Amino acid sequence: MKIIQYLINGISIGSVYAIIALGYTMVYGIAKMLNFAHGDIIMVGAYISFCVTNYLGLPVVVSILAAMAVCTALGMLIEALAYKPLRGTPSLAVLITAIGVSYFLQNAAQLIWSSSPKNYTSVVTFQPLRLAGGQLVITGEVIVTIIASIVIMVGLTWFTGKTRTGKAMRAVSEDREAAELMGISVNKTISTTFAIGSALAAIAGVLLCSTVPTLQPTTGSMPGIRAFTAAVLGGIGSIPGAMLGGILLGVIETFSKAYLSPQFSDAIVFGVLIVILLVKPAGLLGKQVQEKV
Amino acid sequence: MNEYSKKILKVPTVTFVREQDQGKQPVLDVRNLGIDFGGLTAVDGFNITIGPTEISGLIGPNGAGKTTIFNLLTGVYQPTRGSVLVNGIDIKGMPVHKVNKLGIARTFQNIRLFTDMSVLDNVKVGMHNDIKCSFFESVLHLPGYYKAEKRANQKAMELLDFMGLAEFADTKAGSLPYGVQRRLEIVRALATNPSVILLDEPAAGMNPSETTELMHQIRRIRDTFHVAIFLIEHDMNLVMNVCEAIAVVNYGRIIAKGTPDEIRTNPAVIEAYLGKEEGDANAEG
Repeated sequence: MKIIQYLINGISIGSVYAIIALGYTMVYGIAKMLNFAHGDIIMVGAYISFCVTNYLGLPVVVSILAAMAVCTALGMLIEALAYKPLRGTPSLAVLITAIGVSYFLQNAAQLIWSSSPKNYTSVVTFQPLRLAGGQLVITGEVIVTIIASIVIMVGLTWFTGKTRTGKAMRAVSEDREAAELMGISVNKTISTTFAIGSALAAIAGVLLCSTVPTLQPTTGSMPGIRAFTAAVLGGIGSIPGAMLGGILLGVIETFSKAYLSPQFSDAIVFGVLIVILLVKPAGLLGKQVQEKV
Repeated sequence: MNEYSKKILKVPTVTFVREQDQGKQPVLDVRNLGIDFGGLTAVDGFNITIGPTEISGLIGPNGAGKTTIFNLLTGVYQPTRGSVLVNGIDIKGMPVHKVNKLGIARTFQNIRLFTDMSVLDNVKVGMHNDIKCSFFESVLHLPGYYKAEKRANQKAMELLDFMGLAEFADTKAGSLPYGVQRRLEIVRALATNPSVILLDEPAAGMNPSETTELMHQIRRIRDTFHVAIFLIEHDMNLVMNVCEAIAVVNYGRIIAKGTPDEIRTNPAVIEAYLGKEEGDANAEG
């Protein structure tokens, strides 16, 4: 029974990683850059939802919508101010900028909300599900997280596959110049991608802090790095890959914490990443890209 | 002044405008276009005027600057000198996607389809600016979404059918045979609703029967959609049969312009392609 319990918890935390990883992977696929500030958008989202419920006393749904709105705007603003002027420069310049933005967000959060942790109240209020005579406890957070990630996954697949904007995104991701020559505005497409990724980050922030209730300015950084790992593991640029990578990572992390060593769980997670990348350098669902001559 | 530049000065200033297009605004008006890469002059003094329903060709030896000229015409490269007017509007400083909206579309020498997407979706990407449906309409599944989608699908299928590609609509573009991919690129360019299409070696890699088919299709495209076509091609059979006017470039400069018959007999062209003959040099010396 224990093993099933761990598996469910692992899938739940993995689903949060997966939602964050989607943001990394979409931005990488379309803008060909690693947005290391993505993890900190999660933290901002959690703070916004915290403030809206605790200081303004508004309902949970409003707080989530507010967090999504603020993060969407923030993501697009960061892209316009920090990344857009660097388009066409070496990718290293953009990478360093992204790390800078990450520190900026963490420190800004410290100034606004102070560094002392806040106690985040879970957005899920219903009672845990007890199965098998109380041996198996599935919390409301777990159920909501898993459902949310499935809905997001299905929604994104539909969006990129069927809508005009989604097709533009896939076109830019495959061949930016050809897409431009077909009349697609690359800037607009990248901006939309940041908007979607950041809105997802807000949801991830709320779900993450509902599961692990301590909220501080560095809350987003470790899950952000794990989610980045998940995106690489699944094959960066691939949406199903991000989902698979996230869930795998969550499960491996939970199992190694439970059966091997809580202290070394991160080392084990990253060890698995190294092994998988040695065998499949493009990630599990990534495409082997051949250099064009 | 060497032998070569003397010949360039003798170039006639033929404009590529058919009789029925006389007096109409040209779709493409290029004046004194030039670009330098570092110290190297890749294109210089390139002039051309293309009428609304002209089929014209751009030929020249390998490395003469033909594809560079296409990149200048579509805004991919910013020229060092001169100007490009698409439907009367100067494209200077415009982002590439806006230049496309002015009415210029192209295909590529090395096919650049969106290989992971279906044939139909490739065409619909070309129709991007034609599908009027907002982000929220599509996300919220408002009636506008279904209406726009239905219209887009219909138009895309009509275009595919026109080039005989309707049966491949749901196939992944990357898995199509080579010749079919070339035709799909033309459909995708047509989908952007252009007034001039640039074809970069459309017959490359095609067998003779496919090339003959392509010649008919190029004429049919012009006659059906009333677009101008400007093509780069090494297949002289195609160029001489399909084009009404031809420009020949070498070392980034136009060395001859005229009808296929004029080009066939032009000594500068023969020299550029075959090299100079001993006797020739003496005769002109």
